[in-house]
Amino acid sequence: MLAIGLGHYLFVAAIVFTFGVFGIFLNRKNVIVILMCVELMLLSVNINLVAFSVFQGNVVGQVFAMLVLTVAAAEAAIGLAILVAYFRVRGTIEVEDISAMKG
Amino acid sequence: MVLQAIAFYVFAAVTIGAAAMVVTSRNPVYSVLFLILAFFNAAALFVLIGAEFIAMILVIVYVGAVAVLFLFVVMMLDINLARIREGFLRYLPVGALIGIVLAAEILFGVGVLGSAPGTVKTLSRAGAQVLSVENTRAIGRVLYTQYFYIFQAAGVVLLVAMIGAIVLTLRRRPGVRRQRVSEQLYRPKEQAISVVKVPTRGGV
Amino acid sequence: MDLAIKLIVFLPLVAAAIAGLFCRVIGDRPAQIVTCAALLIAAALSVLVFVRVGFGPEDGKFLVVRLFTWISSGTLDVSWSLRVDTLTAVMLIVVTGVSAMVHVYSVGYMADDPGIPRFMAYLSLFTFFMLMLVTSDNLVQLFFGWEGVGLASYLLIGFWYDRPSANAAAIKAFIVNRVGDFGFALGIFAVWMLTGSVNFSEIFAKAPEMAGAHFMFLGKSVSALETACLLLFVGAMGKSAQLGLHTWLPDAMEGPTPVSALIHAATMVTAGVFMVCRLSPLYELAPIASQVVTLVGAATAFFAATIGLTQFDIKRVIAYSTCSQLGYMFFAAGVGGYSAAMFHLMTHGFFKALLFLGAGSVITCLHHEQDMRKMGGVKEKAPQTFYLMWIGTLSLAGIGVPLVMSHGVGFAGFHSKDSILEAAFGAGSTVGFIAYWLGIAGAFMTAFYSARLMFMTFYGKYRGDHHTWEHAHESPPVMLAPLYVLAAGAVFAGVVAYNWFVGEDWESFWAHAIAVKATELIIHEAHATEVWVKVLPLIMGVSGIAVSYLYYVAAPNLPARTVAAFRPVYALFYNKWYFDELYDAVFVQPALAIGRVFWKKGDGAVIDGFGPDNIAARAQDMAGALSRFQSGYLYQYAFIMLLGVAALVTYFVVMAR
Repeated sequence: MLAIGLGHYLFVAAIVFTFGVFGIFLNRKNVIVILMCVELMLLSVNINLVAFSVFQGNVVGQVFAMLVLTVAAAEAAIGLAILVAYFRVRGTIEVEDISAMKG
Repeated sequence: MVLQAIAFYVFAAVTIGAAAMVVTSRNPVYSVLFLILAFFNAAALFVLIGAEFIAMILVIVYVGAVAVLFLFVVMMLDINLARIREGFLRYLPVGALIGIVLAAEILFGVGVLGSAPGTVKTLSRAGAQVLSVENTRAIGRVLYTQYFYIFQAAGVVLLVAMIGAIVLTLRRRPGVRRQRVSEQLYRPKEQAISVVKVPTRGGV
Repeated sequence: MDLAIKLIVFLPLVAAAIAGLFCRVIGDRPAQIVTCAALLIAAALSVLVFVRVGFGPEDGKFLVVRLFTWISSGTLDVSWSLRVDTLTAVMLIVVTGVSAMVHVYSVGYMADDPGIPRFMAYLSLFTFFMLMLVTSDNLVQLFFGWEGVGLASYLLIGFWYDRPSANAAAIKAFIVNRVGDFGFALGIFAVWMLTGSVNFSEIFAKAPEMAGAHFMFLGKSVSALETACLLLFVGAMGKSAQLGLHTWLPDAMEGPTPVSALIHAATMVTAGVFMVCRLSPLYELAPIASQVVTLVGAATAFFAATIGLTQFDIKRVIAYSTCSQLGYMFFAAGVGGYSAAMFHLMTHGFFKALLFLGAGSVITCLHHEQDMRKMGGVKEKAPQTFYLMWIGTLSLAGIGVPLVMSHGVGFAGFHSKDSILEAAFGAGSTVGFIAYWLGIAGAFMTAFYSARLMFMTFYGKYRGDHHTWEHAHESPPVMLAPLYVLAAGAVFAGVVAYNWFVGEDWESFWAHAIAVKATELIIHEAHATEVWVKVLPLIMGVSGIAVSYLYYVAAPNLPARTVAAFRPVYALFYNKWYFDELYDAVFVQPALAIGRVFWKKGDGAVIDGFGPDNIAARAQDMAGALSRFQSGYLYQYAFIMLLGVAALVTYFVVMAR
């Protein structure tokens, strides 16, 4: 309990990841929450990568975590741009109103 | 040792709590703020483990840029408070089940690790550095030499994202007058000046 | 000779092909010219062949012109060959002669029709099939011609295809014929099983050995040869409209009158008689089958005559008359008088065709009126037709002077009908006597209704529309000339041909074309009958005409009073003994009902229901079910993705174990 090991960090990351996944389909509010949940999932991945990197003594994990960071930022920007464009057209970002792909 | 443990537990608990609140809070602004809290605490966890460069980058990029962007958009879209909608609980049982299954499997993977401690050290010799070097220097040694291509690719990704964001959201309102500098500079003199012979005491 | 035979048989086919396939190119008149020319040439050549075969040297009496092989499979060997003997030669004369006359007549009768080339082509095609039938050397080729004339009959009855009644009549003719053809086909199979061949020469050679062969049927031992002959006779019943399979013949009058004259008087319906005569060696060895033939023929002769008494449509009267006369021919063949049957076939061809074409003349004269109740007094408007039809009627009624010049002098029908009745009586068997008395009764009725036709049509006052009366006129020469030719045959054929067919010269004439032994017997017996036997038919004929005169000219209220007195009998005769209603209830409606069940329930509900429709419905159901996955809601899509991820991870975790 007192000695913090790899497992503790991985546990934290798992929980955060699960919350992120939950948030995607349980949320009924608006689409921004979905994007935020994606950020949460990416955060948990980062925690995982850094924890492994330190406990292996190999810095590759941290390099990869930086790349994940980069991509997360890019994806958040594009996602929000799409959201803004959608809002301009539809006027709403309620999750249940977005069903234009209904087949 | 004890202090480290306490610090870890505190930061971990706050991270998890903030993550939960991101999902469940009604006000989207609160959601963003809780997201920022989660990022900060994750950075603290990184510092604890000895990856301070990553922690700072996390704060600068995630909190300083991404979360702020979220806030901007939330404010701009003028979102009302979400009303409680029915049907929320419809997915809860199945979703909870799936979530538990997923978490269990992730932890199962962890358990495998725990049973074979030697396996971790044998993975990946590439980029192994002596731990006496501080974190930033260690990353720098690897990033600009072995992983240079990936570094450049990341730059291209960011460029494309930037262009994409501009293309998606740029709009020209009709009726708004703005300067067209190139036209101004390239206007020929025939359009700008006309010479008129004015008789004395005549006026134009 | 070979060339002549081939030309006779194939010229009509070539003419039919030209007129039928190139009608758009060559036009109406050339089509008529081509087909009439082909038939006239064939008729002329037939006379040549007849003379050569009938009266030429002994070795010329039988020849086979082999064309090429058709089927050669195991022990079955069938080839296309043309067999010419006296029997064939007689039929060639009848077929080509009447056909040529009908072709020429049709030029005038169908002059206003839009489908002239098609009609002429069908007539020539029919003639080709009939010629194939009579010149065939084996049963399979005969069946080919048999089916072909059935087809041509269907095409011609339904020639005016925009009339539903014509279409129905054509289908009825074809289907009733089919029933007969089924029996015929079974008969061919039986003959092949018995003798190992379908070639006539070989069958006749092997038949005496097979006469005693038996097989087990429903626990009883039955003679095989008798069965085969009976089955073949079923085919003849269908084609020649004998009792039981006769229902198609009156309806066949829906076709144009030249068709009725050619097919349903002179040629196609006589194919059955021809077949029995051709297979006479077989029938000689099957006494039971011959007795059946006699009985059926006699019954038909009587039955059809009773119906003919009551009909009002001029063509139907003549059609029932044909049916009746065919019965005479069959009962003659049944008692062994094959040459008498052929004699009557030939004379009947002449006078019946004459009557039909004359009726056609009257019909066009009165602008397509066929109901005799609306006719009357036509002799003023169409005198030539009037005289010619009297010739036909007298010939049909069998008017002549008996006992003069060794075998009497008279119209053609007199000679042939008398020889039939003498043969029936002279056979001495029970069925022969039955046939004789039924034939006598039939003769009375024949004379009655034939004269009735003449009196109602030509005498008295016109009972129809005045406008039609003003425009009524005699037929053009192109329609009258064939009538004259046929009338000449109806008058002289009897006197001229008597000796060849049933007189002293018959043996040298027929040679081995038909069964010699029985014919010899019959002819001697026929000549040896008492005087009253020979005179009674004439008395019947004269009295029939006299009574008819009484009924329709002298005392016109007699018919109505007779009908009132015998109302149920009259109803029976007028409604054709309710055969059509019986067949409709027993065969047609059940068949239609079964067909409907198979269509709606079987085909529709079961096969379509479980097959295409079912698959289509299930595809729609599945598509509907699947489309509910695409709700358009992002969170549902994300949820499903999550489920997929969980499944994959579970799979890999389990696999790793």
